[in-house]
Amino acid sequence: MMRHNSVAVIDYGMGNLHSVAKALEHVQPGVEVRVTSDSEQIRSATRVLLPGVGAIRDCMAEIRRLQLDRVVAEVVASGQPMLGVCVGLQALVDHSEENGGVDCLGLLPGRVRFFGDKLRGADQQRLKVPHMGWNEVHQNPHPMWRGIPQDSRFYFVHSYYVQEDDPGLVAGSCTYGVEFTAALARGNVFAVQFHPEKSHTAGLQLLQNFLNWDGSSTSA
Amino acid sequence: MGLAKRIIPCLDVDKGRVVKGVQFVDIRDAGDPVEVAKRYNEEGADEITFLDITASHEQRETMVHTVERMAAEVFIPLTVGGGIRSVEDIRTMLNAGADKVSINTAAIHNPEFVREAAERFGRQCIVVAIDAKRVADKPPRWEIFTHGGREPTGIDAVAWARQMAEYGAGEILLTSMDRDGTRDGFDLELTRAITDAVNIPVIASGGVGNLQHLVDGVLQGGADAVLAASIFHFAEHSIQDAKAFMAQQGVEVRL
Repeated sequence: MMRHNSVAVIDYGMGNLHSVAKALEHVQPGVEVRVTSDSEQIRSATRVLLPGVGAIRDCMAEIRRLQLDRVVAEVVASGQPMLGVCVGLQALVDHSEENGGVDCLGLLPGRVRFFGDKLRGADQQRLKVPHMGWNEVHQNPHPMWRGIPQDSRFYFVHSYYVQEDDPGLVAGSCTYGVEFTAALARGNVFAVQFHPEKSHTAGLQLLQNFLNWDGSSTSA
Repeated sequence: MGLAKRIIPCLDVDKGRVVKGVQFVDIRDAGDPVEVAKRYNEEGADEITFLDITASHEQRETMVHTVERMAAEVFIPLTVGGGIRSVEDIRTMLNAGADKVSINTAAIHNPEFVREAAERFGRQCIVVAIDAKRVADKPPRWEIFTHGGREPTGIDAVAWARQMAEYGAGEILLTSMDRDGTRDGFDLELTRAITDAVNIPVIASGGVGNLQHLVDGVLQGGADAVLAASIFHFAEHSIQDAKAFMAQQGVEVRL
């Protein structure tokens, strides 16, 4: 019998955390979801969700001001299953070129880049930025994708993307003018650029998988 | 394959009920907004847009509760508009569970509000709604109107779209006031003029009467998303029908 399932959704004052909390409660009624910035509550949860919207400079400033950088590093090291979402993915890598250059947490190798104002598609059509809407994610094998058909569409909204430094860590990729990292995974960390809580069936399945995940990248 | 064009059903809400005004006059009841949104969500809508058409102070609380109920059951992006005038209004709607807010009149009165909102909440959640009316034909020119198309502002629609994108709008919701409620199709020239003028996504709105109009909005107008109300509300077409038809006509959609 697994111990009581609880999720700490890390609250650092950036954006609406209601949606992701509601989506977790929807896929597993009875799951305990705590939206919190309290380090003890984060450490004691069975799993941790690192969300994020808005500009990286403000996100990183709040994460550091609330001393959540240390807590997130501890979670990564502890083996607690952790899901990063959107800017929550970007915050985990080394550096972002948004806001004139911002150092991120450096817990996964990679850099955050701007799509650019002159982005073009395969047939040279102009691509709008932000990348907003439903795009296909090509999955590499990982237990977090269980039950989700290959190349399913997820909802994205972002102007910056992660370029990984270690191709072995890419769990999912997406193409919008450039091929970029849609999901990055190492050990107990799985982080996505899209919004599972806004991605209907495929997204809800991913959240369900997160609630069942033991934090290993190979479990059946 | 790549980014799909979005189909967005629009719920015009008055006193907690979905209504659809034909050119903002004739009102028919189409039901409870949460029930309607759930149906669209199940049918495969890519987003839901929810417009408070009265936007009076007294109705604000009803609206917030409706957004809260909707956000607990509908797991696709939700845009809320109507009467968004302050940073506090935006915060209230985002906290209730909206993903984006649509700003219209307040941007016209004070364009800096858009800049402030984008800086505060991120441009991804700031939609600027543009209600445009054709004022000349050769060459075509459109102006921004307020009060449901009755009040001219003298502002050129294309220049306004550019300015709003520059101020931090993440998306433009473009409505042709000439076509809205007519079922004659989008003003494709207007749609094309705006999509060519800005580098942010444009949602075409106003005039959809059949599924071919949705296709035209994308392929001829260059829209990134198409918004419609009445063709979906009265069950003439399901979202699935619309998507299957669009896919057949060569539009990339999420099936």
